[in-house]
Amino acid sequence: MRYNVPSPLETRIISQRFDLPNSASIDTYLANDGYVALRKAIGMAPEAIIDELRASSLRGRGGAGFPTGMKWSFVPRNTGRPSYIICNSDESEPCTCKDRLLMENDPQQLIEGMLIAGWTIQSSKGYIFIRGEYRYQIEIMERAIAEAYERGYLGKNVLGTGWDFDLYTHSGAGAYECGEETALLESLEGKRGVPRLKPPFPAVAGAFQSPTILNNTETLSTVPVIIRMGGADYAALGTPKNGGTRLMCVSGHVNKPGVYELPLGFPLMRLINDVCGGMRNRKKLKAVIPGGSSAPVLKAEECDIPLDFDSIAKAKSMAGSGGILVLDEDTDMVAVALRTIKFYAHESCGWCIPCREGTTWLKKVLTRFHDGGGRSSDIDLIAELANNMLGRTFCALGDAAAMPTAAFVAKFRDEFEAYLKRSSAAVEPELAVV
Amino acid sequence: MAAPVNLTIDGQKLQASPGTLLINAAKQAGISIPAFCYYDGLALQAACRMCLVEVEKTPKLQVACTLPVAEGMVVRTDSPQVRQARKGMLEFLLTNHPLDCPVCDKGGECELQDMVFRYGAGQSRFIEPKVHVDEKQWSPIVYYDAPRCILCYRCVRICGEGLGVSALGIGNRGVVAEIVPNRGDHLECDECGACIDICPVGALTSGTYRYKARPWEMDHVGTICTHCSNGCKTTLGIRNGQILRANSRDHSGINGEFLCVKGRYAFDFNEHPGRLTSPLVRSDGEFKPVSWAQALAAVAQRFTELRVKRGNFAVIGSNHTTNEENFLLQKFAREVLRTSNIDHHRTGDVAGLIHALDGRTNVLASTDDLYNTKAALVISSDLAQEQPLLAFQLRANWRHHKAHVYAVTPGPVREDNYATTARAEPGNEFDVFESMRERLAKEPELVILFGDAIKGGRIARLVSFGDSLGIPVKYVCLVDYSNSRGASDMGLLPHLLPGYRSVSDSGLEPGLNYDQILAAADLDALWIVGANPLARQSLASPNAFLVVQDLFLTETARQASVVLPAASAYEKNGTFTNVCGDVQKLSRAAKTMGTKSDLEIIALLAKEMRQDFGAAKPEVVFDEIRRSVRGYDVPLTVIETGGAAKTVLLDGRPQVASRNGHFRVDTDANLIRSARNTLFTSGTLGRFSQMLSSVIEAPGALYRDPRKQPEVREGSVQVETVKQGQ
Amino acid sequence: MTFSPALEERFAKLLTSYPPGRQRSAVVPMLLYAQDEIGHVSQELVEEVACRCGVTPLQVDEVIGYYSMLHRKPLGKYHVQVCTNISCQVVGGEDLYGHAARTLGIGNKQVTPDGLISLEEVECMGACSWAPAIQINYDFHHFVTRERFDQLIQALRDGTYQETA
Repeated sequence: MRYNVPSPLETRIISQRFDLPNSASIDTYLANDGYVALRKAIGMAPEAIIDELRASSLRGRGGAGFPTGMKWSFVPRNTGRPSYIICNSDESEPCTCKDRLLMENDPQQLIEGMLIAGWTIQSSKGYIFIRGEYRYQIEIMERAIAEAYERGYLGKNVLGTGWDFDLYTHSGAGAYECGEETALLESLEGKRGVPRLKPPFPAVAGAFQSPTILNNTETLSTVPVIIRMGGADYAALGTPKNGGTRLMCVSGHVNKPGVYELPLGFPLMRLINDVCGGMRNRKKLKAVIPGGSSAPVLKAEECDIPLDFDSIAKAKSMAGSGGILVLDEDTDMVAVALRTIKFYAHESCGWCIPCREGTTWLKKVLTRFHDGGGRSSDIDLIAELANNMLGRTFCALGDAAAMPTAAFVAKFRDEFEAYLKRSSAAVEPELAVV
Repeated sequence: MAAPVNLTIDGQKLQASPGTLLINAAKQAGISIPAFCYYDGLALQAACRMCLVEVEKTPKLQVACTLPVAEGMVVRTDSPQVRQARKGMLEFLLTNHPLDCPVCDKGGECELQDMVFRYGAGQSRFIEPKVHVDEKQWSPIVYYDAPRCILCYRCVRICGEGLGVSALGIGNRGVVAEIVPNRGDHLECDECGACIDICPVGALTSGTYRYKARPWEMDHVGTICTHCSNGCKTTLGIRNGQILRANSRDHSGINGEFLCVKGRYAFDFNEHPGRLTSPLVRSDGEFKPVSWAQALAAVAQRFTELRVKRGNFAVIGSNHTTNEENFLLQKFAREVLRTSNIDHHRTGDVAGLIHALDGRTNVLASTDDLYNTKAALVISSDLAQEQPLLAFQLRANWRHHKAHVYAVTPGPVREDNYATTARAEPGNEFDVFESMRERLAKEPELVILFGDAIKGGRIARLVSFGDSLGIPVKYVCLVDYSNSRGASDMGLLPHLLPGYRSVSDSGLEPGLNYDQILAAADLDALWIVGANPLARQSLASPNAFLVVQDLFLTETARQASVVLPAASAYEKNGTFTNVCGDVQKLSRAAKTMGTKSDLEIIALLAKEMRQDFGAAKPEVVFDEIRRSVRGYDVPLTVIETGGAAKTVLLDGRPQVASRNGHFRVDTDANLIRSARNTLFTSGTLGRFSQMLSSVIEAPGALYRDPRKQPEVREGSVQVETVKQGQ
Repeated sequence: MTFSPALEERFAKLLTSYPPGRQRSAVVPMLLYAQDEIGHVSQELVEEVACRCGVTPLQVDEVIGYYSMLHRKPLGKYHVQVCTNISCQVVGGEDLYGHAARTLGIGNKQVTPDGLISLEEVECMGACSWAPAIQINYDFHHFVTRERFDQLIQALRDGTYQETA
């Protein structure tokens, strides 16, 4: 079931079955190209499968945008040790709600993607790590897994190949940090979701210290599409080095927020105006957060860009998870900055000092600032604190908190200064002596 | 050996072996990179981010504690960017730190203070409310003040990785993350205090020391722990002659950072109100305090009378007195009292082992060997309870060098968590060894540690088993107390002189042993130094003139004719020999008014009896030991600088004793009785430590490990049933 | 501790889902599924899970403190979670949360006196494009207005609310 009306401008590839009746059932899946790719992959050498992925220029849909083919190629094969396929369905990046749809509407596609990954490295076990809040989606996945077992796609001797593959769901219990792949692996092993030291990378020592393919839900769901249509054709849908389509989750002040499948390189302004029906209440566009809350905000004048990894990076933000928050002229950017840092302070695992203390300090300053106690020195302080975190934390969560905060201050300094005028304490702080 | 890696740190060109972490490579070059969470020998964390440095060709600052050196690496540890990062990190760290340094125990020796002083800012920009959590008491020993905690996880790692106890964990998340104990609101653990010592700040403080002193008010005297046989160096913090704390301050001992609950906290016996401070002479059935002159005169007079009459003397020596004292005591017994009736409470059959290995070399393992051997076999000892440093060393060897450890014990032991273990009923050990033979024989070398289950003739059997493996084997005979080994080595034995020479060497006959002394009905005088045999056994010679030297009015002292108050090991100089034969120096730290060291007492008695024993100085006696006792010709520089010198009791030359067959191994074997002290008992001495008896784990049968014992569940069910019944 | 047959079945399946010797992996899901049945994570549950998964209670404690969905104190029969993260915030999520607190008369992570409803202000729940969103237990509700919220609460109180998950 979809929660928004599709747009005619979409390129429906991984969402092609979303609107079919009983889209989650294996029968629907089989009647609509289901498991064609797996059968094709079984006839291919592992290197050929990885080559297709390379040719597709598929980049990880979880946030980091790492080339998937390259990631798979790092996994040592034929080690004689067990290896694992892990799906990261811990979807927690604010503004992102696509993995949920992929599981709700097309669970078999994800299973097929994991099977192809499993076949490629001859793994015999896979886990779908699903955030705890997605219990309903876990149940859907479990039903789909059971169906796949019944039809011989999972279990012993998959499709008569002699190869076994078992697939399980694994529920998280509320921790954004578990979206970080090594934290996810710790969590999968029953521990606190604290990220691991790297190297070794999960490809070499991942789940249970064994070679592991670990990808986002959307990434794995895309794999069958690529194998079926061929990497080159898939790549051609997008822009160079940014192959294919992705689910873009639009939220905020547009007339038709929703999840839309669009080719990479689709212009952001067209997304807002044509796909999403323009700004709500005919307000003016003020800003866009283009890749989940970790992505630095873009001012309206910076929004005339294509939505692909490289173009957004060039605009000094990031495509991230594909969560696009559109903000209109009435938006209080200080309030958004505060809510953003509140989130990261809540989700910081506490392992390293700069993230643990930095996010909380920023939260406290911004709270005071927002509540009318701002001081003129606070604005620079916020920027400096963010800078003191940037690039110095154990994992990317610190950067994910620091980058947007720094951007809010840099780009909307005038709004912060306007707050000062309303402040009761806009005087220089007395310096506390250590 | 792989070729060294060339790198440049702060303009210095240097070499390091491949795999060296940058922080250590810098250290080797004399460049200090600050860090809180990095701790040598424990797992890498990269959590504190203090050690960020600039590495050329990498855009971001790099973590020096996890980055291995690489060829051509160019590193800057003191660039403006690095200094700024450190400053920023410390500023973050101080945001929720209470800055209560004026009342913090750690003030003055706090790594956070030092770091802020060296690298931090002079001012704070933090004006927000701090997170506050009340301090918690987790045990009589351990207190935790969460706001002071910087979450370096050293405590968690030393407890889990180092000790294998895993009593500490991490609770909550983010800014309210904190260290949590294993029993919800309290600890159930070894109470060793390693977590407190390793804490770089004042987050973990000890119940014995908190709010007692500032570190700079104390003298810090490194000496050897007086409790078990492992010979850990403990640094006593002394103010006005009083011991305020003990810790492993500079890690310079054989124990590194290790100390158990006894080494850290059971020094309080020294201040026990029951300490004897005046000699006591029995008169009309009651003790009367007398002066030292009167007491010594009374003893000397009686001893002289009996010596003239050729009276029947016996002497029981101590497991806690120094080598010098033991040496002098046996010399006094044999030369002045002219008796061979001398023994001590033997807790392991050291003499039996020496006998069985006679004529060999390099077969006695040192403390270091336990950390370096490729394989070890522990027999019939709950090592973590009874020999805590040895357990720590073996575990560290397993952690750092992947050593193979085998344990054959009657019940569950902590080594079960990592070693190859097997259960053996007492007496059946050899059957189990046989089942392990194939695996043991494949080891490149082996150290065998055995307790009192292997003694007398069984030692020979063990050695022949060792020989049959066809690999180099070394042995450790486990003994109980701080100088058990020294008592044996110094000849507190009826049939052996110092260095395990047979008494027949001196033309003497073997005397009465421990049990025989107590059972003899015809003793005229019995001199007991630092021992409490009458706590369990009775004396068959009720009219014997009984002289007791001790710290306390023990069961034995209560029956004495004369009681002489002795100084404790923390109150004297001298040497101890640990369970592995390493000799270390004691340094006098404290003083109890009215007491004298046993050495001084013996020498004064000799003087009173007009015997020339030379100067009663430990160093003079030790010099004689070095000259006359086989294996004790150890380098003085090592001892004097606080090191451990290995004795070489077996140098390939057969001992006289073995030729004459004076060991009488079979008879002696029954005398070997370990007291089976736990972590929380220390023979008679332990009873006078309030700290040892105040922890819930006391007296310390191995507390339950909930991972492995389903009985725990049954137990809790029973408790519930009782409640319902009421 | 005994659980419903369905939960026992789930536990049995969980314990065989992971490689041999890796039963610790079951700790987090086991705690969450058990919490759903008994309402919170009790000390008894901690020890039970520790025992079943072959870990120490401390290792379970460490996990409970880490994950925000695990609660030491009982929640209401219906746990109402209002998202106020940015996608919801900018379309009225914070206003909705304020309304919820006032309507229910309880604050964050508190339970109504009758034990029926508990309230929590939560982080992004994955319904951003259909914001503002709430979750009642595991059910998502999208585009929630004050009026819609009131209807849902009424249904909870009337006993007419149908759970899907």
